[in-house]
Amino acid sequence: MTDLATTQHAGPITTRIRPSGGWISLNLRESWEYRELIYFFVWRDLKVRYRQTILGVSWAVLQPFLTMVILSLFFGRLAKIPSDGLPYPVFSYAALVPWTFFASSLTTASNSIISSSNMLKKIYFPRMTLPIAAVLSGLVDLFLALLVLLGMMLVYGLVPTANVLWLPALLLLTLVTSLGASLWLSAMNVQFRDVRYAVPFLIQAWMFATPVAYPSSLLSEPWKTVYGLNPMAGVVEGSRWALLGTDTAPGLIILVSTLVAVALLLSGAYYFRRMEKSFADIV
Amino acid sequence: MSNLAIRVENLGKMYHIGGPQRQYDRLGDRLADMALAPFRRALRLFRGQASSAAGLDQEIWALKSISFEVQEGEVLGIIGRNGAGKSTLLKLLSRITDPTEGLADINGRVGSLLEVGTGFHPELTGRENIFLNGAILGMKKKEIERKFDEITAFAEIDKFMETPVKHYSSGMYVRLAFSVAAHLEPEILLVDEVLAVGDIAFQRKCLGKMGDVAQQGRTVLFVSHNMGLIQTLCQRGILLQDGRIASDGPIAETLTAYQRTLESAESEDLAIRTDRRGKGRVRLVNVDILDGNDDPAPVLVTGGPARFVFHVSGLINGLSCVFTLVNQLGQRIVNFKSDTPGPADATCPEMGAKFICEVSPLLLMPGRYRLNVLLRGGGEWQDYVEAAKIFDVEGGSLDGRRVKANYEISVCIPHRWTLPQ
Repeated sequence: MTDLATTQHAGPITTRIRPSGGWISLNLRESWEYRELIYFFVWRDLKVRYRQTILGVSWAVLQPFLTMVILSLFFGRLAKIPSDGLPYPVFSYAALVPWTFFASSLTTASNSIISSSNMLKKIYFPRMTLPIAAVLSGLVDLFLALLVLLGMMLVYGLVPTANVLWLPALLLLTLVTSLGASLWLSAMNVQFRDVRYAVPFLIQAWMFATPVAYPSSLLSEPWKTVYGLNPMAGVVEGSRWALLGTDTAPGLIILVSTLVAVALLLSGAYYFRRMEKSFADIV
Repeated sequence: MSNLAIRVENLGKMYHIGGPQRQYDRLGDRLADMALAPFRRALRLFRGQASSAAGLDQEIWALKSISFEVQEGEVLGIIGRNGAGKSTLLKLLSRITDPTEGLADINGRVGSLLEVGTGFHPELTGRENIFLNGAILGMKKKEIERKFDEITAFAEIDKFMETPVKHYSSGMYVRLAFSVAAHLEPEILLVDEVLAVGDIAFQRKCLGKMGDVAQQGRTVLFVSHNMGLIQTLCQRGILLQDGRIASDGPIAETLTAYQRTLESAESEDLAIRTDRRGKGRVRLVNVDILDGNDDPAPVLVTGGPARFVFHVSGLINGLSCVFTLVNQLGQRIVNFKSDTPGPADATCPEMGAKFICEVSPLLLMPGRYRLNVLLRGGGEWQDYVEAAKIFDVEGGSLDGRRVKANYEISVCIPHRWTLPQ
């Protein structure tokens, strides 16, 4: 928001307010100091999200599950898309778990600033807490969906290999990608309301560019590594490898994905910081 | 030396607002401009200064060259007409928006109350909203837990803590919102006009709470239109006028200066005044205040007749006129509404764009009053002007009883003293 120098001497905290110019620092410490607020935002989102729905929290599971059923019918049965030797339902659901988290993060987070416009105009808090909370509140759904995946693996008699230890790292990569894209989109949405209409399309296109419904083994090198430029491709292939033991052991692709995701997060954070000072004036 | 709580130096805030579109001289220029526009926009976006009103820039300084210091424990009132920059100043100091120039140093934790109930969620219960709202205002979870009982007791809605606030009455909602805010304990408190909420009894309670805050040695910056309130709470006042400090000193002096700005605004031509709100399809053009004799230099007298004539720029369906009389202390005394008709009201479509309101006898004590006028039509505010006209009432008599000036009292009522039956 402002070029802020917060110093703590013996006396009270001094805050200096002045116009910010040039590239500003990320000032992550401030967001950290407001971590309780992030917690409360997440808590509010979770409470509100399912309060008036009949099926409640089961939506978290139903959404990816129904998508899996549809994909299995059309891509698995009708189009006979190969699935790396796995039953197609498990194959696609393993990809849908991180993908659904990513897609819903983008949808809610890209609107997070705009939908809090009233708060932005009336009170100060680190603006970044809004998209961060929007992304984090999807984690609960992610874990529920993951439990269902484990259930499905039991049904199909698939036992996870030791690779499953890599799963947390892959989820972290999903989180980083989601946060990066969300920071970009939420800040852009304030200035250009077109973003709101572009996001559903973006998500759709991104899904086709990610091996959710098909295996990336359809591609040959070096295209596969180029594919890694889409961090979600790395995540999806990585999760299949970690959970289902496909031989899509992520090598270069995951490295490229990680680099891209980190770059996305950093640039998104800088862009957000750069734009947030004008949020209250525009929104 | 005593401790400074706030030091503001040369602070300024500029806004870009849409102005008339640039004129194109030649078609060639125009095409070139159209071709370049996306790149220009991309460049602006990259620099972080993109504006959806690209090319429509007109600069307005909401605040300019503001410098002042506030000592720890001082209670400072900020006054000024609408659009003078009061709210912008509070927004800058509470870091909601960025200044364009200058700087401000703030020593201590800041709590800002520009609105009560910010961030309340209708689906959440009262209890949940206390925590959420408290966190948004900058309280820690432990702090909220500690004060929770106090907050619910102050709001007087202990029974409804588990009810979603969407089922609350507006009074309950506001009480809850204010009591969360009132329990914020920052070293520096920035308060905008938030006290005009709730019923009278609760308002009084809030004022008491505000007074406590002021007496606890906390620094308070206070914006209000209620001059009486400002006078009681503040020792010092800053008058803002067109984004600059017009006066800074003891509160009584600043209030006098404010009174003068109101009078000078009134002497401006009403039709071209810009400190107004509303859609503007119909505007107030002029106000005439006449006594009973249609005198060119009317003198209003307590107990005598008065006629208020409002000239408007046109007529639209359902247009109504509401005006409020405000006394020297900024207290609203009485209002008159054309949209709640009485049996003696007359309307005449051929009369032209005028509202005429006759008052007889005038039950105002001698003193100076101003008129706030609102024109409403098509379900919306069309025009609202504060201090559209200022007038004096001279001492007179009511039912044969002499009425003398008493500046703390604004209204008189016909009465008689009787003997026991």
